[in-house]
Amino acid sequence: MMSQTDETPAVAKRRDNNMAESNNQSAETKLSDVHKRIKAAFETFDNAANNTVDVREIGTIIYSLGCFPSQADLHDFIAEVEEDHSGYIHLDRFLPAMTKVLLEHKFPPIPKDLLLQAFEVLDKDNKGYLEPEELTKYMTQEGEPFTQEEMEEMLTGLADHERNVIYYKDVINQLAIDPDM
Amino acid sequence: MSSIRAALLIQRWYRQYVARLEMRRRCTWNIFQSIEYAGEQDQIKLYNFFGFLMDHFTPASSERNLISHIFRENEICRDIEWERYFCYKSIEVPESYTGPHLTFPMTFCGVSKLMEAFKHKQQLHARYVLQILGETWRLLRILPNINYVSVCHNQEITICGDLHGHLEDLLLIFYKNGLPSSEKPYVFNGDFVDRGKNSLEILLILFGFLLVYPNDVHLNRGNHEDHIVNLRYGFTKEILGKYRVHGKKILKLLQKIFSWLPLATVIDHKVLIVHGGISDMTDLNVIERVDRHRVREPTSRQWQQESEQQEWRGWRTSGSPASAQRHNPPRRSLHNLPISNQLSWSLEDELKRRRRLAGFDQSYGEMNKSESDSDSEPAGTETDEQEWKQIVDLLWSDPMPQNGCIPNEVRGGGCYWGPDVTEEVLERHNLQLLIRSHECKQDGYEFCHNRRVLTIFSASNYYEVGSNRGAYIRMGPDLVPHFIQYQASRTCRELTLTQSVGWTERSALRALREQLFVHKSDLISAFQEFDPNNTGMISLRHWASATETVLNLGLPWRMLRPQLVNSTKYGMVDYQQWIRELSITEPKLEISDTSILETMYKNHSNLETIFRIIDTDHSGSISFEEFRQTWKLLSSHLQTEISDEAIADLAQSIDFNKDGSIDINEFMEAFRLVDLSLKGRSTDFYTSQLVYMS
Repeated sequence: MMSQTDETPAVAKRRDNNMAESNNQSAETKLSDVHKRIKAAFETFDNAANNTVDVREIGTIIYSLGCFPSQADLHDFIAEVEEDHSGYIHLDRFLPAMTKVLLEHKFPPIPKDLLLQAFEVLDKDNKGYLEPEELTKYMTQEGEPFTQEEMEEMLTGLADHERNVIYYKDVINQLAIDPDM
Repeated sequence: MSSIRAALLIQRWYRQYVARLEMRRRCTWNIFQSIEYAGEQDQIKLYNFFGFLMDHFTPASSERNLISHIFRENEICRDIEWERYFCYKSIEVPESYTGPHLTFPMTFCGVSKLMEAFKHKQQLHARYVLQILGETWRLLRILPNINYVSVCHNQEITICGDLHGHLEDLLLIFYKNGLPSSEKPYVFNGDFVDRGKNSLEILLILFGFLLVYPNDVHLNRGNHEDHIVNLRYGFTKEILGKYRVHGKKILKLLQKIFSWLPLATVIDHKVLIVHGGISDMTDLNVIERVDRHRVREPTSRQWQQESEQQEWRGWRTSGSPASAQRHNPPRRSLHNLPISNQLSWSLEDELKRRRRLAGFDQSYGEMNKSESDSDSEPAGTETDEQEWKQIVDLLWSDPMPQNGCIPNEVRGGGCYWGPDVTEEVLERHNLQLLIRSHECKQDGYEFCHNRRVLTIFSASNYYEVGSNRGAYIRMGPDLVPHFIQYQASRTCRELTLTQSVGWTERSALRALREQLFVHKSDLISAFQEFDPNNTGMISLRHWASATETVLNLGLPWRMLRPQLVNSTKYGMVDYQQWIRELSITEPKLEISDTSILETMYKNHSNLETIFRIIDTDHSGSISFEEFRQTWKLLSSHLQTEISDEAIADLAQSIDFNKDGSIDINEFMEAFRLVDLSLKGRSTDFYTSQLVYMS
């Protein structure tokens, strides 16, 4: 790979043109990119390569595209795109609906400081950490409750191994690293 | 902020995180699966290639001699002679042997002793191995193709799927479920061997229980109970490694045994259990009547004698639609196969067949003239073809969501069958459920086709530690399946979801990088097509497109891109640097022609398979001439040039000239790819998985 100083002007110009092309965010390119991302995520679950996925995987696909819908949001979305309770969702319906979601930023990510605030609200004694029982109580009884399996997995994943408590500040930072985006 | 709102936020956030992990896990899974299936497809292609060679080489050519030498079994054909050949009596068990001693007839205590020994990593002496195998063979010969079983009141039958040499899973099943007995019947649905490192131990235990409880233990044949598949996927290697003196005998006996394994089990005339699946042609009445042991290698073919070959060759090269019509009944399996997929005959059988053909010629010729054109094929052969196909379909097929029945191009054998075929076949036979295995499932089991088809897979951590759970079925007289899931290996149970996904993912990515590395010349050519101005950079979009064209694995490269391409500049990839960064080691040998090395890496499995086939006496070594012929064969198959000089150079560099023969294992070891990033860490765990996967 030539360094900048080695390049002849002609080559430099070509390189710049290449890059400019890919940077050119015309509306069409942007749309086509969005379509590609959606299709790529969809394909991962399209086992039979026939452009359908099981409705139970839709949540995973939507989340993996960087969206943060609530369970209620998911139900509404699915109701719109599912083929008459067949249990399957076809790309033809998923693509336009999901494109809309992405272009309109319908289910935006939760800002870190808001998340921190949420944990602090649950940490009534201001300890800087949560006991497993505390977290379990809220996660399984309030909001859109977790199943027992979800809860167990969360505790195993987030709890500090030695002290068996959840240092939420650290956890938020850890889990925020998103290599996929 | 209220606590409800706080809870909602945290739940939403966490669910997104878990979903991202699930996406990664699924991508990883797809990687493993595509590489695995591409390997199977490769295998079948190799055999089609041999067929092609047989047809197109002149009788005088040495390659043809080599191949016919390989595929014609120079074997003793009569059973009595077989028995004499495999007689264990002359084998002495030395005083120094510390493993288990067996007495016959086999008893429950004997099998228990065996299991204990295997738990303690002991090895059974070859004498006892041959004894058990001999007894097993004798028993299997009297069993029918389809076992009809009934579940009595108060009883439950246990059904297990693929085990693939994972002894710890079998032991876990026995621990959780209890050992086989007349009160506890079992069905084992094929693929006992290959990939895992205890294939033989599993077989011995299963055979042991079969001998003790022949009415309560039922074994179905899987597509891996096939000695040609074993050459590639590790079982042959395992045997030869564990039994240096008697390995060959053991392998030959196993070959016989595999061919005698029953094909299916039916419970209460309602539940059908087969390893792979069905096709729209599946007919249990036909299957019941076949001579299953004649179809010894569903993946191989027998090449006919001269005269018939002339006919086939003529037909094939003419390619006329009319004759093609006659020889192409709804062809589903091994569809790339030019017609003849004859069974592997012994010499005696061959003679019998020829006599029969000669006798039949007139009458069948008359009959067939009316329905078809030119020279007729004796009806016997047509039926053989159909029978063979029925069996291949049972062992290799996979279900698909859409209706219909199409050739299984991914595996290269059997078909994909849809829910309509399930309904039709089950109806026709008055059955209510099809239980099959053959495909790894994350939770160990999975329903499809309106819960009329159930896949059961019993090898946990199949692709990698943490990749999947295994499961088994318990079923009572109500014929409703109940599932028990498990995951062997203490370490993986302690892993969190994140760690487990991470671990599996790293392993898959390693396997993928290996694939990328061996294709680097082709990749660079493909990249350069997108870079006409030779800037050394291409866009990510082009990177993904070129990579898929070269590797043809059907993977979502865009999704995988972040893990495979570390640095990009303004959305562009410096592809030369990227290839360098794949950081897979090069061998230490100095060879002038490096392209032969790349061929070597790319075709690692094929090369090893060919080596092992050539090594007909399973001695573990081949002569220089055989070595040279292997390379020649490979170069024909790949349609690339590999010069004699390059081969001689290669041979010289590994310095085998001293005794004129080459040790296959050593040779393959020298060229096994080792990921540089593993340097300094314990590699045993990883490489043991990779060796069997490649």
